[in-house]
Amino acid sequence: MGLPLLTLIVFSPLVGAVLLALLPREPASGVRRAALVFALVPVVLSGWMLARFKAGVADFQLVERAAWIPQWGIEYRLGVDGVSLFLVLLTTVLTPIVVLASWGDIQRRVKEFFAFLLVLETGMLGTLVATDLFLFYVFWELMLVPMYFLIGVWGGPRRIYAALKFVLFTMVGSLLMLVAILYCAWHVKTETGTFGFAYDRFLGLHLSAREQLLLFAGFALAFAIKVPLFPFHTWLPDAHVEAPTGGSVILAGVLLKMGTYGFLRFALPLFPLAVAEAAPVIVALAVAGIVYGALVATVQPDLKKLVAYSSVSHLGFVMLGLFALTPTAVAGSVYQMLNHGLSTGGLFLLVGMIYERRHTRRIADFGGLWTSIPVFAAFFLVIMLASVGLPGLNGFVGEFLILLGAFGRWPWATACATSGVILGALYLLWMYERVIFGPLVHEENARLHDLTGRELAVLVPIVALCLLMGLYPAPFLTRMQPSIDRILARVEAPAVVARR
Amino acid sequence: MIDTSAFTTNWPVALPGLVVAAVAMLVMSVDAVMRGRERDGLAVVSILGLGGAGAVAAWLWVAAGDPAGFHDTLRGDRYALFFAALLCVGSLLTVLMSIDYLREQPLPAGEYHALVLLSTSGMIFLAAANDLIVLFLALEIMSVAVYVLSGLLRREVRSTEAALKYFLLGAFASGFLLYGIAFFYGAAASTRLDLIAASVARDGLRPFVLLGMALVLVGFCFKVALIPFHVWTPDVYEGAPTAVTAFMAVGVKAAAFAAFARVFMAALGTVAPSWTGLLWVLAALTMTVGNVTAVRQRSVKRMLAYSSIAHAGYAVLGLVAATKDGGAALLFYLAVYAFMTLGAFAVLIALGRRGEPGEDLADWAGVGFRHPVLGLSMAVFMLSLAGVPPTAGFAGKFYLFSAAIDAGYVGLAVIGVLNSLISVYYYLGVLVAMYMADGTRVVTAPSSRPYLLATILVTVVATLAIGILPAGPMQLARLSFLSLR
Repeated sequence: MGLPLLTLIVFSPLVGAVLLALLPREPASGVRRAALVFALVPVVLSGWMLARFKAGVADFQLVERAAWIPQWGIEYRLGVDGVSLFLVLLTTVLTPIVVLASWGDIQRRVKEFFAFLLVLETGMLGTLVATDLFLFYVFWELMLVPMYFLIGVWGGPRRIYAALKFVLFTMVGSLLMLVAILYCAWHVKTETGTFGFAYDRFLGLHLSAREQLLLFAGFALAFAIKVPLFPFHTWLPDAHVEAPTGGSVILAGVLLKMGTYGFLRFALPLFPLAVAEAAPVIVALAVAGIVYGALVATVQPDLKKLVAYSSVSHLGFVMLGLFALTPTAVAGSVYQMLNHGLSTGGLFLLVGMIYERRHTRRIADFGGLWTSIPVFAAFFLVIMLASVGLPGLNGFVGEFLILLGAFGRWPWATACATSGVILGALYLLWMYERVIFGPLVHEENARLHDLTGRELAVLVPIVALCLLMGLYPAPFLTRMQPSIDRILARVEAPAVVARR
Repeated sequence: MIDTSAFTTNWPVALPGLVVAAVAMLVMSVDAVMRGRERDGLAVVSILGLGGAGAVAAWLWVAAGDPAGFHDTLRGDRYALFFAALLCVGSLLTVLMSIDYLREQPLPAGEYHALVLLSTSGMIFLAAANDLIVLFLALEIMSVAVYVLSGLLRREVRSTEAALKYFLLGAFASGFLLYGIAFFYGAAASTRLDLIAASVARDGLRPFVLLGMALVLVGFCFKVALIPFHVWTPDVYEGAPTAVTAFMAVGVKAAAFAAFARVFMAALGTVAPSWTGLLWVLAALTMTVGNVTAVRQRSVKRMLAYSSIAHAGYAVLGLVAATKDGGAALLFYLAVYAFMTLGAFAVLIALGRRGEPGEDLADWAGVGFRHPVLGLSMAVFMLSLAGVPPTAGFAGKFYLFSAAIDAGYVGLAVIGVLNSLISVYYYLGVLVAMYMADGTRVVTAPSSRPYLLATILVTVVATLAIGILPAGPMQLARLSFLSLR
């Protein structure tokens, strides 16, 4: 078995958090540097994971197994495949970026902030690589508590309300998912004689169409709230607006992907009959989310709220691609998850930077920034265009693949979704115009200082990745596709039968 | 052939309870001789006694000798020994957290420790009773001591009120229990559980058995505080000295559940379908009412009282399942509940001082950052009580809900899960107060309370350890339950 690489990746942030907690509170700069080092360790380890990952293999790789609660057939099981590989990398890369972005933003209780951030990273990484559903659930819930603190302690004026709303919404879904998981484990017992929570044992279940529909509902609700799929999105704007910049970046960049990842990893392959039944509904909600999110984003006076609603719209695309169930569309969705992590994460970072300077996020308070802070404006332009989906940047690849792959199955829905692309261009470009171009009407905006070295260190990797993924998507797609095909093969076969 | 073992005395089965009772006498005598001057020494003696009794119970558990004793009215089976060990640990932690508390309040240490020990011995016998008369006697030994303990703060009106309320309603419930026992005797011509079981298996549910069952159920429902027999709980828990509240929530509840489960699973197990339906309703009601009412509480102590009602409701899930896993889940849950609840009450004590109980949630603002250890510990206990992984509370709920689903009660499991959601709201309310809210008053915990801190650390470690590695304790609970017959 050799070195337990995934275990190291998952738990190194947790170890970092514990060490951080033991460090003295002062000086805060020392705490920040230590947090950065602890956040960089998983980056190195996950780079190693990428090097060891064999492209072209569909199954889980770097698998680790150990007995955990034998009487319930619960195992400590980790593995990474083409679907989770890049999400793991996204998580490990975004975390140090968030540490840097929170450098000046977080002045109070610095140590606790970074400790919670690192615990959160462990939760996210564990969720992505767990291949035992009990373990998955533990990590899934582990994400909740630190995020709750990040919003609730370091957030804006309505932070307590937002944090509680976030937790309760997420909990409703996840607890019902727990019942569904337990039911599946019980079903494993009735079929094979022993309890089991392992992913592949769940895949081998023979469930009736009715059972599948109920269980799918249990899983889908949890994931739909996390995505968030329209109409379960109401917690998202609150959480984003109140969260500190770092929290928003992690929330948009990684946490929301857990919902779409959950759909792809669990809801689709485990309950193919139910997927065939529910797909039209989910596609309809996805398209509704695309259009609704875009329209609401258009009229937002607040930059952060605008970006938050754009997330609802963008994740609608991801959901549309997933439930198109074609290899192209699903690959586009996985790609779009990464894109959204980078571009929306980047937008939140930029909004945070401008907020630090001006202490306002109202679009009306800006204008003409091109003359005062040109470097900021340039970065803003690239990341905004990546979010719009300009060819040559990453967003284009994802959206194009989704629309291409989905058109064959859902022509009308895809046609409606395309309007979301246009609206996306509209609200983002309009926002950019109002913030960056035009005359400098507000005195304060003339005296702003441009990006610092630390801020450049935050933005350069994101822009570089946006360009790389936009210009040369092949190495990403070749690693994803086999695993995606494997999942789709499970969905396709019974779905076709069901339709006849 | 007659089983001769049933007619021997077999002293070891009573050993853990007797050790505790003997230490209680010792503490009382020493206190009388010292005229109340010695405080910490008595605590040390109590702790050593409880530790010794717990060790004896553990040793007997491993040895697994002949369980029947005293003409089979007492069963020293692994089931009883599991509870004996658990109760000893619970009482030990209660004594440990009381040392600083007694000194400050000030409460008479001699009486306090002696009563805790006496009550514990009653609990141990209660868990081991295989005869309804023995069960009744053990229940009374336990209860009378706790009635006195809850009124120990004589100068506080609410403490006196708690004692009176608890005593009056407790006496009433004892009446029900005794009346039920009489009916059982009428039906089976014996008060021994195994003979009642045989009679029920032979003759089925005759009216007397049914009546006895209903009345005994009322008695137990009162002791474990199931809806609608819970009304005393909030007032008594709030009024009693906080350490005593912890002792009641953990010890009394666990011991009463031990007897409850033994009577219903062992003696009435063959007619389980006749009582599981009723318990299903009681469990659903108790969980829901307990949690919903807890949401509205502003006093942490009262909130914990309602939460303890809700947790009794969860525990009943194991009885409803009426399977081996259900019973094992009940045992496991009671153990888990003991640690997290004792810990939560210990933090509550740590944040208060004489005259300033610090029970109001508004006083907890910023505590998490002013007292990182207390804050983090309380966060662990709250998350565990809410059932968030990777804490023991999650493992416990997981076991209970799995057992319920395994027995076919998916609906009840869903109700339980939705209740957990409600509970998340108010448990997080404590975290909100500790870490997020802005308070008007700055409450700082008095320093230098080493014993209290030790209690908190032990319970935190236990809560996390059982949560992360639940396999061992689950197996322990399972093996213990399997010895019940």
